Amino acid sequence: MHAELSILPLAVENVSFAVRDTTLIDGISFALGQGKRTVIMGPNGAGKSLTLRLCHGLIAPSAGRVLWQGPAAAGAKRRHAMVFQRPVLLRRSARANIAHALSLAGLGHGERRARARLALERFGLAALAERSARVLSGGEQQRLAMARAWALAPQVLFLDEPTASLDPGATRTIEETIGLFHADGVKIVMTTHDLGQARRIADEVIFLHRGRVLEHAPAAEFFEQPRTAEARAFVRGELLW
Amino acid sequence: MDDQNAFAAAFALMLRLDPAFVGIVGLSVRLVLSSVFISAAIGLPLGAALALARFPGRDATIVVFNTLMGFPPVVAGLIVYLLLSHSGPFGFLDLLFTLPGMIIAQTVLITPIIASLTRQVVEDLWAEYAEQLRSLGSSALRAIPTLLWDSRFSLITTLLAGFGRASAEVGAVLIVGGNIEHVTRTMTTAIALETSKGDLALALGLGIILIGLTLLLNAGAFVVGRLAQRVAG
Repeated sequence: MHAELSILPLAVENVSFAVRDTTLIDGISFALGQGKRTVIMGPNGAGKSLTLRLCHGLIAPSAGRVLWQGPAAAGAKRRHAMVFQRPVLLRRSARANIAHALSLAGLGHGERRARARLALERFGLAALAERSARVLSGGEQQRLAMARAWALAPQVLFLDEPTASLDPGATRTIEETIGLFHADGVKIVMTTHDLGQARRIADEVIFLHRGRVLEHAPAAEFFEQPRTAEARAFVRGELLW
Repeated sequence: MDDQNAFAAAFALMLRLDPAFVGIVGLSVRLVLSSVFISAAIGLPLGAALALARFPGRDATIVVFNTLMGFPPVVAGLIVYLLLSHSGPFGFLDLLFTLPGMIIAQTVLITPIIASLTRQVVEDLWAEYAEQLRSLGSSALRAIPTLLWDSRFSLITTLLAGFGRASAEVGAVLIVGGNIEHVTRTMTTAIALETSKGDLALALGLGIILIGLTLLLNAGAFVVGRLAQRVAG
């Protein structure tokens, strides 16, 4: 995975997103490079999830551009995956859920089997392989969603509040699996409103407030010396809207 | 003949497997199964496509399909009759007063029911799945089999609605089939005929079988659905 050409960096240039007359994302710009774990933070309604969806291509910007600029940018579409806050799993076995995603990615039968098995083992789900995904616990379901994303061998993984619906134990497991991706060289871009989680995971922070990027800084700098009043209040845990 | 004697005679008919009686039941079962099978083959993908497609006139199309769910069987029968009659465009096929002709008439009636109900079920599921499936690189077309398979438990009810319509329907099969003995006489057309002739025993016997088969089918579908859902979640 390390040897292949990268789709990164990702440039977000003056991107806005509006629904009818309401501007939800207001001219944001930032660039994401390889290696660092980027955490997008901000209060509810700041535009964190929309920003991820714009980057992942699920929605199109009303203005501005989202550009993959790496040498492998032409094939970028299949090289970034996303894990949602509430995993959507199909009504079939855990193994079949991964195989289905691999089938959509155009893989043949043999490789689907092999990769699904590998992903289930890697994420500690081998014993649950034949269980229906819908009867798994919330934490197991999210772990399966992570395994499904991993099987696709992405270079970039977008995570939208992946632990917001989970208990502390399951949250820790998911944070560990994020570490597995990072160890494999996968670029992590994740949203969270959980300060503790952001401190544990972030190498760099993008701080959003009311659809604008207020700060984009190394994690230590952001948490120790936030430059804006909004970020200072947020880091102190004050309510912000 | 009073009602009690009619019941006794009805059970006697069933118990000794009267050939005419068995023939009528057999023909009805073939008619209903074929109609529902063909309607499902058309209506399931059509309904799913309608759920996912976005095109001008989509709302109008949905309203038309919903209206067709309540299409009067005699009118459907009349239209199919005109199409299949010797002076009609498909007269050369010689399908009037045959089982295939009746299957066509019932397919015309049932396909909109299955398509409309499928559209609703699949559209709701698509709302839940769309983002995830698009993230995984699925096109809307490719999502159709995925969504149909994942709504399989809800679609059992859709198919049962089709079965209900097909097995209870009398107007269309009477017009297109002609209620010809040994050829196109079904349970419902026979019940109508025998009642008007005064042979209440045969009518009642057929009625009991018809309700019994419907009950059996629904109970079977219910149990299968419940068990499968418990396993699959």
